[in-house]
Amino acid sequence: MINLPEGFIDIIYLISVIAFVFGIKFLGSPKTARRGNLLSMIGMAIGATVSIFDESVSRYDLIAAGLVASAVIGIVMAKTVKMTGMPQMVALLNGFGGLSSYLVASAEYFSKESAITDDMIVYVSMLLSFLIGMVTFTGSLVAAGKLQEIITGRAVIFPLQKTLNLVMAIAAIVCGVLLYNELSGSGSDALLYFAIVSGLSAILGVTLVIPIGGADMPVVVSLLNSYSGIAVAMTGFVLGNNALIVVGSLVGASGMILTNIMCKAMNRSLANVLFGGFGAAPAAGTDTGAGQIQGTVKSMSAEESAMLMDVAETVIIVPGYGMAVSQAQHVVKKLTDYLMKKGTKVRFAIHPVAGRMPGHMNVLLAEAGVDYDLLADMDQINDDFINTDITIVIGANDVVNPAAKENPASPIYGMPVLNVEQSKTVLVLKRSMNPGFAGIDNELFYKDNTMMVFGDAKKTVEGFISGLQELE
Amino acid sequence: MADIQTLILTIYVFVLAIFTGFELISKVPPTLHTPLMSGSNAISGITILGALIVAGGDGGWSNLVSLLGLAAVFFAGLNVFGGYVVTDRMLQMFKKKNK
Repeated sequence: MINLPEGFIDIIYLISVIAFVFGIKFLGSPKTARRGNLLSMIGMAIGATVSIFDESVSRYDLIAAGLVASAVIGIVMAKTVKMTGMPQMVALLNGFGGLSSYLVASAEYFSKESAITDDMIVYVSMLLSFLIGMVTFTGSLVAAGKLQEIITGRAVIFPLQKTLNLVMAIAAIVCGVLLYNELSGSGSDALLYFAIVSGLSAILGVTLVIPIGGADMPVVVSLLNSYSGIAVAMTGFVLGNNALIVVGSLVGASGMILTNIMCKAMNRSLANVLFGGFGAAPAAGTDTGAGQIQGTVKSMSAEESAMLMDVAETVIIVPGYGMAVSQAQHVVKKLTDYLMKKGTKVRFAIHPVAGRMPGHMNVLLAEAGVDYDLLADMDQINDDFINTDITIVIGANDVVNPAAKENPASPIYGMPVLNVEQSKTVLVLKRSMNPGFAGIDNELFYKDNTMMVFGDAKKTVEGFISGLQELE
Repeated sequence: MADIQTLILTIYVFVLAIFTGFELISKVPPTLHTPLMSGSNAISGITILGALIVAGGDGGWSNLVSLLGLAAVFFAGLNVFGGYVVTDRMLQMFKKKNK
């Protein structure tokens, strides 16, 4: 065993922390993003390598076993996951991070036992590691389940939910105090209290996320990412490890900022997202405005739509989660190329919360090779719909629902939406008339200038292209 | 973290790191939010540093603490390896269009 001079490890940790800071900074620009990720990888490698030289490390078999197993499984998972499954994957990985913080804090608890109460800061941090780490773990599992649609995407609401959550949180803290007393005294019931704190945290993670509708999962994943950072920082206080404290706080703060940006995009407060029960099945007698929708739904074939496109001068494509589900981004790129070759002006309108993560659509379109300059944010493009011949809505729903502007009774009233209904013709590509992720009927489908094109988005867009080719 | 000076210094570090995090993220364009979320998610796997130290203790395969450490290394490792590879896959796509 090499004996490193005192403080050496901490200095190396500092280098690794600097790598993370620049890594995150470089992730902020498309040109440097990949280098940023690489830099943060290097920071992680340096930090992990030097930590093995810690004075309390005496054997390497368990370390090797854990690293090899996780590297193989982690890399295979990451390489094989489809782009559409990315949000679930991130949620799941985030949950594992939270669980790991919980496990490290538990290991510290079992190794020190009653000595853990010697330092109050260490004890409180340990308790918070248990609580936040476990909430992150089970909460992320529920979020991943909702995104994968294993668990219902609807908000699951039951009476006294918030009260119950509060009671459980208080009970967990009380048990933490009792555990402290137990450890200072006889210690006979310590294991019981440890189990109760863990169990209550696990249940809390579930009950905090389950009442949130599937459409809000991106915000939740982002918030849970922030939580996992805080859990890491708390574990850092338990171990007295500066790298964990600094990097955990960096991630905690960045996750919080991202969460805030996403809430702003929906014009809702974080409290409303977390406790609003948005997207629950409407209770009997509640008027969500669905009953007042006037007009009829008109539908059209892909070939007929192609005729309209053939004469259009300006086209805006509005992608949503439906495009991701049917993997239509590549044929959408083909359609774009075809139309542009004909001289049609084509652009993409990207709503900030389209898809299941911020920037989800950008990633998919970039994957298909769509030119970055064709993508426009909502603010840039919202006044242009009025001068547009055709708007093609591909599997987007709530982000184009005019009820958000017109109907104060609608649950999404006040959320900024794309003004698609102002264009001359709106083509809505959809599998069926089922309501969107938020569970709300969409008035857009009943407008006079809206045409529904039912079917799988990928097949429909292929139909557009073959229709256009026949017209040549 | 026994003496008060060390503790106060640690709290300074904690608070300043939070401010740094706020500053770094407020300047990221929306396009990169997904890779950023996934990238910072991978970074939160830094808890692996603590996990490695615990798993490398002299306890071994029959010791509860070491086994908890092993499990922690495994889960943090999934977070780290999976997170970085997934992020890189996404960022590779952004690069393609720059050609």
